[in-house]
Amino acid sequence: MHGKALPYLLLMPATLFLCVFFLYPFALVAFEAFTRDGGFTLDNFRTMTGNWKFPVAFWNTILLAAIVVPIQLVMALLMATVVSRLETGRGAALYIFAIPLGISDLAAGLIWLAIFDQSGFLNTLLSNLGLVDRPVMFLGYQSKLTIFVAVILAEIWRATAIMMVILVAGMGLIPREYHEAAEVFGASPWKRFVKITLPLLRPSLQTAIILRVILAFEVFAVVAALGGTNLPVLMGETYNWQFSLQDRNVAAAFALLILAISVGLTLFFLRVLRVPKEARI
Amino acid sequence: MSAVAEMPIAAPATRKAGNWLLVATVILLSVWVLLPIYLLIVNALSSPEEVTAFPKRFFPSFDFGSLSFFINFAGVGRALWNSVLVATLTMILSIGFGAPAGYALSRFDFPGKGTFRFLVLMTRAFPLPLLALPLAVMFIRTGLDDTAIGLALVHTTLALPFAVLITFSLFSGIPVELEEAAWTLGCTRLQAFRKVILPLALPGIAASAVFAFTISWNEVFAAAVLTIENRTLTAFLLQSLGESPLYLKFAGGAALVIPALIFIFAVRKYLFAMWGIANR
Repeated sequence: MHGKALPYLLLMPATLFLCVFFLYPFALVAFEAFTRDGGFTLDNFRTMTGNWKFPVAFWNTILLAAIVVPIQLVMALLMATVVSRLETGRGAALYIFAIPLGISDLAAGLIWLAIFDQSGFLNTLLSNLGLVDRPVMFLGYQSKLTIFVAVILAEIWRATAIMMVILVAGMGLIPREYHEAAEVFGASPWKRFVKITLPLLRPSLQTAIILRVILAFEVFAVVAALGGTNLPVLMGETYNWQFSLQDRNVAAAFALLILAISVGLTLFFLRVLRVPKEARI
Repeated sequence: MSAVAEMPIAAPATRKAGNWLLVATVILLSVWVLLPIYLLIVNALSSPEEVTAFPKRFFPSFDFGSLSFFINFAGVGRALWNSVLVATLTMILSIGFGAPAGYALSRFDFPGKGTFRFLVLMTRAFPLPLLALPLAVMFIRTGLDDTAIGLALVHTTLALPFAVLITFSLFSGIPVELEEAAWTLGCTRLQAFRKVILPLALPGIAASAVFAFTISWNEVFAAAVLTIENRTLTAFLLQSLGESPLYLKFAGGAALVIPALIFIFAVRKYLFAMWGIANR
């Protein structure tokens, strides 16, 4: 076999696959969003934004992301830091913290349903403590706030692991000498964290934040399990338009909106958390 | 001077306090992760009556009523089988396409390498499950709609970038000299790969295969969009959320979670290597 052709031959299957199942559907979804019955139109976007549920779904999704991601960032940093300081039981702690990484968002929703349901564990605890006389309906259509809180908790529970794993891997790349030098000069652990770990962790922080933000805009099954249709989100509306309302052009408009937000935010974080080439380890 | 004199005395005390704080934090965070899973398992291991009763007990009664109701519920057996089938196909496809690409990236320098890496990394800036929407139409035209292979193809777009990056780091970790030694001893490129590189890379490849399986096993949106008759377990549970009783939901949730726990345990050694390179 000719040596020069080999790498291309090896890359061919993956490249062809990504072209057919990634680039092509991407073009297709854009096409569907801008057409109806064969002609170019913006009607799909008008229908989308004109629906009364749209602003609710839009702001719910944004608000969820804005609340969940910063909390997760702090928790993931905390997890990564304590794990890196552990001397015994490090492997066990890492495994436990990483467990939610392997759990489906639907399963995570069901897990938190077991807690927040009317006959669930939270109500049992509250009534055992004598705080309530009878079970509270946390997830009914009149309790949007508690549904929102339940979704936030479930999201934090489910997707902190992915950030934690990226940050642990990133912390492993920081040379020990930096910390040792700072310790010699008497820097406190907090100071070492702020002045050494955080700046050197920037590439990992960037990856973690981007991945997590994209996931946040995909939030769907957790909400479906906990709130049903009581808490509209963008991805859930996409699903609705595709199935219940049988209008795939409007569904495509929703998909394009979510894609646009994701790409926009990716570019934003790439820019804000940019790491100059000479500053890399 | 006094500060210097005090330091050796103060240090062990603060260190001890720091250790206690560290251990307490680890325990607290572990409880935060494990307790919700435990509560789901309690529900799954209780009878249907206990699941809907109030107040609840915090310990399972080890009654298999909920689980047997779940297993015997119409469509569940088939959904489980579909989930396994789709996940297995995803695993085969993503390793089959991904591993050669990972090998090529680790061993060759060639024009277009950067473009390919960019294409792979780009997939992570997109909510991929959404691409199932346009594919639904394409699949109807090509007869792939509502089939395991059709869904597996979509799940492969999710798993393939990981497979490429993981195998890339695996092969990069195996010295090229080993391969070159085999060539000088008369092996062809393929033989050297099969006899020298593959045995060394196999555990890692297996781990990334398990990871691909898990991604497919857990995926909800594309599965719900692309399957109607041949629903996977996640699609089945999602679409019956409205009407199914609580004990069915919890038993179903447990059926999703337990295999996931085992998968993550199986690949735990590789998780950090995988994500470490995801930074690059």
